[in-house]
Amino acid sequence: MWSWETAREGLPVILSGFRTTLLATVLGSALAMALGLVMAVLLRSPTRWVTLPLRLAADFVRSTPVMIQLFAAWVLIPGIDALTLGIAVLGVHYACYTCEVYRAGIDAVPAGQWEACTALSLPRRRVWWAVVLPQAVRNVLPALGNYVISMFKETPFLSVIAVQEMVQRANEYGSVHFAYLEAFTLAALLFLIAGYPASVLMRRLEKRLAQ
Amino acid sequence: MTDFFHEFARSLPGIGEGIGVTLLATALSAAVALLVAFGFGLMTRSPRLLVRGPARFAVEFFRGTSLYVQLFWLFFALPVLGIRLEPMACAVVAFGLNFGAYGSEVVRGALGSVPRSQWEAALALGMSPRQRLTRVMLPQAWVQMVPPFGNLLIQLLKATPLLSLITIADLTFEMDQLRSLTGSTAEAYLAILVIYYAIAAALNSLMRAVESSAKTRLGQDAGGS
Repeated sequence: MWSWETAREGLPVILSGFRTTLLATVLGSALAMALGLVMAVLLRSPTRWVTLPLRLAADFVRSTPVMIQLFAAWVLIPGIDALTLGIAVLGVHYACYTCEVYRAGIDAVPAGQWEACTALSLPRRRVWWAVVLPQAVRNVLPALGNYVISMFKETPFLSVIAVQEMVQRANEYGSVHFAYLEAFTLAALLFLIAGYPASVLMRRLEKRLAQ
Repeated sequence: MTDFFHEFARSLPGIGEGIGVTLLATALSAAVALLVAFGFGLMTRSPRLLVRGPARFAVEFFRGTSLYVQLFWLFFALPVLGIRLEPMACAVVAFGLNFGAYGSEVVRGALGSVPRSQWEAALALGMSPRQRLTRVMLPQAWVQMVPPFGNLLIQLLKATPLLSLITIADLTFEMDQLRSLTGSTAEAYLAILVIYYAIAAALNSLMRAVESSAKTRLGQDAGGS
């Protein structure tokens, strides 16, 4: 049965894992956003041997479980600490989603904008940085934000490669003190408390940008 | 490498069973998720706060608390309260509620996107609320729902390796056995990834078939491409 005392004692232990969870989310999504953008721009290359392998790889990563990807990376790439590796795998996994988001955003930039840039004979790099990306990124911000929230909720997968994130801590505390009920309930509530405001914020942003 | 293929061939029956368990869990969870999605999706459209409120709360709760934690809660924490579910039941309940909560947003959105005039026309024809829903609203909304449901189905499939963590002998579990037997870790993980990729591709073409049949029923061009 529920014991408040156990819950109170377990809270700091579980919170100590929460820091790792947040760190993984922040760094993982930073990687996903940067790499996804690079992939989206590369996918618009006219050369087929750039786009085809990239598209196949992204498709493969998107349709296979992140948990197995974590295991596979863990055994195939030795000598990297678990947290760094986990962040890299999550980042690459989500980059394969965000690149689609960016692609849609870039496609939505009116053709007239590209033509105007050509007419002004702006250099390629300035076309991307000054004209296309600012418009594309603004429209896809809510979608990117939603992927950050998804990643936050998938960080417990990192525990399969022994990263001391929140659920790993909760599991440990639960098994040692025979307090699974308190430990996992607290972990669930912490996810809700941290994630829910972010989801509400994203929904509001989406509505505002849709107008 | 050749050792691995040798053992792989010998373990094929076990791996086949593992794939069967993974597919069974996916199918059962998807069925529960579909029911939950329609249940909550219709409830959240109700004008009555007493109907809408609890559904809204449940949807936000299951979307907000991470599937991983929900599954572990059912498997480890629920027995403390005196309720012990079979591992497979834990998985189906957790996956069904979690993906059902996401699916309910799809149902709600799709019903909302059916033009209001359709609903008014059904009302003017004197259709009962049930007829309005099943004859007019749902067939049109269904076409909108299929692609996002397909995405959710793939997400669900990708969550099934979690089964191996709660002692279910699914594909990941069987492959892990083979891995420890042969020591060919890289090959084993590559094999799981490839099998998952193949299942995902099959599910994708299934959902495309469902979508084009839904479109044909509505008399929309299914677009032979």
